[in-house]
Amino acid sequence: MGNLLARSAANLFWLGRYLERVENLGRIVEITETFARDNSERNWLSVVQINADEKRFFAKHALASAPSVASFYLLDADNPTSVPASLQAAHQNARALRPLISISMWEQVNVMRHNWRSVTAAELSAPSLPRLCRRLREQCQVHEGIVEGSLPHDEAWYYYRLGKTLERADQTTRLLDIKYHLLLPNLSAVGSALDSSQWNALLRAASGYQAFRRVYQGRMTPAAVAGFLLFSDSFPRSISLCVRQIAWMLNQLRSRYHLSAAAAAEEKIDEVQAVLSTMMIEPIIEQGLHEFLDGLQTQFAALTADIRDGFFGGYV
Amino acid sequence: MVRSAIAGLLADYDSGAFFCELTSARSSNDAEIATVLARLGGLGFQDLSRRSAAAERELFNLGITFTVYSERDSIDRILPFDVIPRLITAAEWQYLEEGVIQRVQAINLFLGDIYHGQKILKDKVVPADLVLGNSNYRPEMEGLAVAYGTYAHVCGIDLIRDQQGQFRVLEDNARTPSGVSYVVENRTLMMRTFPDLMADIKIRPVDDYGIRLHAAMSEVAPDTDRDPQVVLLSPGIFNSAFFEHVFLAREMGVPLVEGRDLVVEDDKVYMRTTGGLERVHTIYRRLNDDFIDPEVFRPDSMLGVKGLMRAYRAGTVALANAVGTGVADDKAVYAYMPRIIRYYLDQDAILPNVETRICREPEGLAYTLDHLEELVVKPVGESGGYGLLIGPKATHEECAEFRIKLRLDPANYISQPMIGLSVTPTLTSTGVAPRHVDLRPFAVTGKSTWVLPGGLTRVALREGSIVVNSSQGGGSKDSWVLGG
Repeated sequence: MGNLLARSAANLFWLGRYLERVENLGRIVEITETFARDNSERNWLSVVQINADEKRFFAKHALASAPSVASFYLLDADNPTSVPASLQAAHQNARALRPLISISMWEQVNVMRHNWRSVTAAELSAPSLPRLCRRLREQCQVHEGIVEGSLPHDEAWYYYRLGKTLERADQTTRLLDIKYHLLLPNLSAVGSALDSSQWNALLRAASGYQAFRRVYQGRMTPAAVAGFLLFSDSFPRSISLCVRQIAWMLNQLRSRYHLSAAAAAEEKIDEVQAVLSTMMIEPIIEQGLHEFLDGLQTQFAALTADIRDGFFGGYV
Repeated sequence: MVRSAIAGLLADYDSGAFFCELTSARSSNDAEIATVLARLGGLGFQDLSRRSAAAERELFNLGITFTVYSERDSIDRILPFDVIPRLITAAEWQYLEEGVIQRVQAINLFLGDIYHGQKILKDKVVPADLVLGNSNYRPEMEGLAVAYGTYAHVCGIDLIRDQQGQFRVLEDNARTPSGVSYVVENRTLMMRTFPDLMADIKIRPVDDYGIRLHAAMSEVAPDTDRDPQVVLLSPGIFNSAFFEHVFLAREMGVPLVEGRDLVVEDDKVYMRTTGGLERVHTIYRRLNDDFIDPEVFRPDSMLGVKGLMRAYRAGTVALANAVGTGVADDKAVYAYMPRIIRYYLDQDAILPNVETRICREPEGLAYTLDHLEELVVKPVGESGGYGLLIGPKATHEECAEFRIKLRLDPANYISQPMIGLSVTPTLTSTGVAPRHVDLRPFAVTGKSTWVLPGGLTRVALREGSIVVNSSQGGGSKDSWVLGG
């Protein structure tokens, strides 16, 4: 069998990316609604900041509140970072991939996108919003399960997984960056006990609450949370683990499928990996966590460009 | 004998003067037909309606849909599916299969001749200007050899059945006949929703269409030292028939490519893969001639592949169907098909045409004008049931208007008597009633011709309507070829 059609590789990459994005959005909105309520509503603003959507958001809404943010991300198809826009994009990628993927994999994306179109503003109100987010998240998990059980682990699988993992790493970087700096002033301003519920909410937003407890037990500090999300070598959404997986996937594409294009991307990810494996969280915080995370995001963007140029033959 | 089994849901069913594909007397399979009738009769209307709704929902979920685009939005629609199957007996199928194979053979011989030597035109069996003046005649094909003389690799022959139960060819489709995906998907759906109706009845399977098609595509591929690479060329995801393209690529297990995925270098066709360019040997294209190569045909085509015709002429790639087959399925050429069959095969046509008058001929025009109220008049260049006049159902004003059109451009029309199309029981909102159907068997030809058992049964869902096209209120049914 020859190599995969370049356009299909691009479709797989973006299908993985968009659905990972949808799952993350669903979880962040749900956690914000359930655990991160506060009077100033700055937690809702942080959702907008995580997605770097301030400009687009405030062009439409005066205030970052539960209804405005939830509607911007869950209902507004004109917002390119919204759930409907991402589902639409995922659907279009899946549609182009139909001859290649299992019928159930296609069917589930088709139904998910269709059903989401009938979600109404009424469902965004307080009692039903978490339920709606949960439904979204579970549908993404069903998708993941179908992929796990039906997408052959050939070249196609690597592009799908690369897209998903890159998005995951990028999301954790953004989440940590915004939330860490949002929650930190609490500590000095109040000068009292850590508002641990807010830090727990951050961990929950990355679905890492239990995983963190297992490793750190009672030792809850901002540095520990940041260190966990950056460096854990076993937590599925930690940046280090994602980077390690990306490096392995690129290596496989080069060695198993003889794709020389993987070399450039591999070089880049090796650099990131080297930095992550030698750094500790304390000096990073000292020198500026924001700058460090910003640097990682730039690297991920460059990596995406390398992958596109190397494998997708000009298709975005 | 068969009618004695009719009861329950079918008790009030009356097909009137029309031949019924379920209740009229047949030459074989009486026992199976009686079983189906008894089981159908025993189903409640509610049960049938519920299962029908479930089947249609499943079609939607599976994306077995065509897409309608509006300014802002895209809406996926299913082709309405009727759950009551259409039955074809073993004896009927044997007859149809022979007839279709004969017709496809003649079509391929005709195409080979008109692009090499044009004997049939010189012998004046078919008027030369009808062929050479046809917009679907492609001089680019003159002298170009195709493997096994096969031009119409996939051919759909539209059949109807008259009041006497005689099958007749209504139309040939030698370009890119569509609908085969529904044949296979309808069967899968029936197996899921009506296992009780099908139990222990021998029905010829349809699920090896993709394997047969791939085999034919491989047979016609140019010589290669490895397995030939077959691809399916589609206009892309925005095409309304995209589902069918998906189905064909999936069932053959080959890449679904768009024009932009292919490139011609040194008169060879390649596809763009993650590892660079890879050779392509056969292209099953679901793109009209006009669009396949901007270098030769429409220069504004964004869907085609520049240089494809150069590669085709160099013999490095096979195209299915071949370029220029549209001249064989022209509605005016259709009228000559019985003579074409006799000319090449020295046989009478197994499947008769519908009696057809050609308005470009003075006698044909005169007859058509004189009998307009009894005739169906069709423009030769249109498809999809557009632009036709159904005399017996038209008003005086409509007939008068059509007379003017006919006189202005007689060569654009043919006329046929109104055929009382056969009917078959169909689920409606109030019960089970007769609805008119046609049948499109699909023939696949590489070295030789294979016909998919059955074919696409299209049904005119509106009461009394004889227009089965999906664009005009038509739906489809599963077509069972009974074992024998």
